[in-house]
Amino acid sequence: MSLLTITDLANEVAGKPILKGLSLSINAGEIHAIMGPNGAGKSTLAYTLGGRPGYDVTGGSATLDGRDLLAMAPHERAAAGLFLGFQYPVEIPGVSMVQFLREALNAQRKSRGEEPLSGGAFLKLAREKAALLKLDPDMLKRPVNVGFSGGEKKRAEMVQMGILDPKLAILDETDSGLDIDALKVCGEGINAIMRRPDKAVLLITHYQRLLDYVKPDFVHVLAGGRIVRSGGPELALELEEQGYEALVA
Amino acid sequence: MTALLPTRHDEAWRYADLAALESVWPVAPETIVLAPGEQGTRTLVIDGAAVHDIAITLGEGAQFAFHVLNAAKGYGRVALRVTLARGSRFHLGAAQIAGGEQTVEIVTEVIHAEPDAVSRQVVRQVLAGQATGNYLGRVVVDRGAVGTDGEQSIRAMLLDRTATANARPELEIFADDVKCAHGCAIGELDANALFYLASRGIPPISAKALMLQAFLAEAFVGAADEERLTAAAVAALETVL
Repeated sequence: MSLLTITDLANEVAGKPILKGLSLSINAGEIHAIMGPNGAGKSTLAYTLGGRPGYDVTGGSATLDGRDLLAMAPHERAAAGLFLGFQYPVEIPGVSMVQFLREALNAQRKSRGEEPLSGGAFLKLAREKAALLKLDPDMLKRPVNVGFSGGEKKRAEMVQMGILDPKLAILDETDSGLDIDALKVCGEGINAIMRRPDKAVLLITHYQRLLDYVKPDFVHVLAGGRIVRSGGPELALELEEQGYEALVA
Repeated sequence: MTALLPTRHDEAWRYADLAALESVWPVAPETIVLAPGEQGTRTLVIDGAAVHDIAITLGEGAQFAFHVLNAAKGYGRVALRVTLARGSRFHLGAAQIAGGEQTVEIVTEVIHAEPDAVSRQVVRQVLAGQATGNYLGRVVVDRGAVGTDGEQSIRAMLLDRTATANARPELEIFADDVKCAHGCAIGELDANALFYLASRGIPPISAKALMLQAFLAEAFVGAADEERLTAAAVAALETVL
């Protein structure tokens, strides 16, 4: 069954049209990759689905698990099961990772009518997910992303994903800024957390290398605000070999 | 002491709520004196309306830490006049929270009268609605007060464009070989950070509260009753968000 259905999505950022009728359907249990040249609208797609202010939808629709995603506020989308992995995770001085994530998880649970997780149970969960991503659990005591290296920020994003346990993860260039070892750890983390029959992933990436670890079921090429080609994993290899220009033209 | 009500011509009262002041005027000044080498702390939480006028004198090598949460309902003012002897140390950590049409203010004059004294002032303000938050702070370094180390860090967060922050750090230096720094910033909550928090499922009001709590906490660092101050600040934030 389709978990995410995007139909003819169009939007504007600062009055400029970016997405121009994008359609995409992702079933539960699937991993999709979106590739494309710079400026194609890849990050815009992620932010628009996340509900970032300033990314104004001008047409089309998007549903998550049958619910109208675009009608929800950003925090409601998260509670509905959407996770957005940021290309540039934001630093928040003074707010500890633990405090932030516990508040986030319990806000999501509350909106779903579930009991909040106790401090002890939360810490156990957080340590378990940090271990999965080989992130020093002491980093969770530090302010959100402050003083984290590029690789630590990305691994911390995956730890957050593990804790929040979303239905759909949209990961915006999770591979950027990662060395080879961290790339492998993140890739394995994504598989362990999200490779489930009831979950799905949309990976946004420039390069094939992340896809060596997280094998996509489908690959799409985004150019000029639309999906211009779709195929299996072999499409990513073809892109790597020939570049976008040959395929997009 | 004069019993005449101040006017706006008086710099220290320039942004004050003079109408509210009238009902409590004249204000009896309070005096705190620390003997040489003595250490002291004081915490002041204003949650009603209050006007405080406090003179603090530190003897040689004395240390005094003053923490304030000014979340007045109505007019709340704390005026401090601090005189520092040789090698003494004064710390002010103050948070002001106001909404509606309230005025809250901190007015300080810190006089480095002798060499090698240290003063630190950290003021954080959260202002909503049509509230006004003021910090008027003068640091005076007297002739001969070499080795002075004075610092003022003043920041205000405006939750609404209709709120006002007046921040005026001032230095009057009559000695050489002194170190005086002041930093002052007035801004709004970072929209990127708010979206990041929202994207994890935190509702807007909780996200703001979380960030503002962290912002205000800088004023309470090192306070003996940091937890009580933080809890009171969180409660006050709820009334302006």
